[in-house]
Amino acid sequence: MGAGHASRLHRPGDTLVHRLPPQCKLVAVAGFALVVVATPREWFWAFGLYALLLALVAVLARVPAGFVLRRMVVEVPFVAFALAIPFIGTGERTTFMGLSLSVAGLWAAWNILAKATLGVAASVLLAATTEPRMMLLGAQRLRLPPLLVQIAMFMLRYLDVILDEMRRMRVARESRGFVARDVRHIPVIARSAGALFIRSYERGERVHLAMLSRGYTGSMPMIQDVSAVSRQWLAAGMLPGAALAVLLGSWGIT
Amino acid sequence: MSSPWSSAPSSSSVSSVSSSSPLPSPSGPVPVPPSLEVSRLAYAYPDGTQALFGVDLRVERGERVALLGPNGAGKTTLVMHLNGILTAGHGTVSVAGLPVGKGTLAEIRRRVGLVFQDPDDQLFMPTVRDDVAFGPANAGVTGQELERRVRDALERVGMLETIDRPPHHLSFGQRRRVAVATVLAMEPEILVLDEPSSNLDPASRRELAEILRGLDVTVLMVTHDLPYALELCERSLILSGGVIAADGPTREILTDAALLAAHRLELPYGFAPP
Repeated sequence: MGAGHASRLHRPGDTLVHRLPPQCKLVAVAGFALVVVATPREWFWAFGLYALLLALVAVLARVPAGFVLRRMVVEVPFVAFALAIPFIGTGERTTFMGLSLSVAGLWAAWNILAKATLGVAASVLLAATTEPRMMLLGAQRLRLPPLLVQIAMFMLRYLDVILDEMRRMRVARESRGFVARDVRHIPVIARSAGALFIRSYERGERVHLAMLSRGYTGSMPMIQDVSAVSRQWLAAGMLPGAALAVLLGSWGIT
Repeated sequence: MSSPWSSAPSSSSVSSVSSSSPLPSPSGPVPVPPSLEVSRLAYAYPDGTQALFGVDLRVERGERVALLGPNGAGKTTLVMHLNGILTAGHGTVSVAGLPVGKGTLAEIRRRVGLVFQDPDDQLFMPTVRDDVAFGPANAGVTGQELERRVRDALERVGMLETIDRPPHHLSFGQRRRVAVATVLAMEPEILVLDEPSSNLDPASRRELAEILRGLDVTVLMVTHDLPYALELCERSLILSGGVIAADGPTREILTDAALLAAHRLELPYGFAPP
């Protein structure tokens, strides 16, 4: 418990990147991802330049490479999927170290790997430099559907509470001699999950009452102003801007 | 509950249900309306369970009153009526002269500060600052004034230094105090606390008592912690079987063993009102 989910991704700091308003950073990362996705997969060096841009941001934000790499582990399932494609792909085949691989599959795998890696790295940098709470303020500022923002906000607030409840239920089960060992124990776990769901649902109702008691009428009041000035938009725009320049520049060359 | 009427006290030194004010009306030319006036309030849940059978009570401005009662007496149901979360089946509730009704809900909810039993239900925002600001912000307070209200409310419960922390990183006692601050920030007419001492360790319990005693607001404290009621409230009401079964000075109520026994209330072992 304690520090919990909030600080695992976030790396507090006071750099130019940290200080940028969250909505600017959100738009910058989305823009960057769009440019990356729009890049033809054959332009290897463009992807290299994109990676260089992210490295620059990391240096500016004083986020060490190890920090980013460790958090990029979330990508592993995608990597596994991508690595499978050349084996199951059809069409023209080539041999590499005695393995028969599909050429089209190799291209597809590279395409997924390169683009996903860049996207994940950008997101990790965003999360490292932006508090989760600020991210939601930014989303609110960008007029994302308020219901979604509120759901995300409550998840942020209650994740620890619910995990703690789950832990207490497990302790209660084990105190009475139950330890989940094989599939026959699944019904017990499932019933616990159901109980947890009902408890969380009831808590949701109580929280709703508490909100109504303090004048909630369906929309979250904008408590903290995170307005951005054009200079900050410009600074944040440099990442997708530079990426776009790379993309358009390459188009000129080819 | 089978027959709520039978649980009314048969003999008691404490005055029974009374609709008139138990205190002399305030002196001065302009009478101050009572902070809270509940009259003939009855309520049945949608499933037909009757929870309140005609509650009458009156809390004058500046009073600290304890609402005592066993589990299932209808305490929480009554509290839910005070700020219009439940609407009365019969009878009226008014806060500082303003009746609770559809058109007055926003103002009523500003005037009645409800502190829930579980602070995790009350503190739902990502930081203490956002949480304390939630109420006044809903009432349209912004900018400097909002910041002043937040700091002032946290100052009054001694929690100003936690302003930027997430509520789930605070201790239980601290969370309860922040929960009090969240309603103080709305500058309420009356503070309604649901079991304020539950789950607190003795030190947190005493600290909360000191804070509550220092506040300059009307307080209605719902509890079955009788020593706490004695410590903080001059006057107590017993809600039992959906009616106010007794109303009088806390000391008198707590020394009336027959009255307490009739309503499933008991002093803790070894405790005698000093």
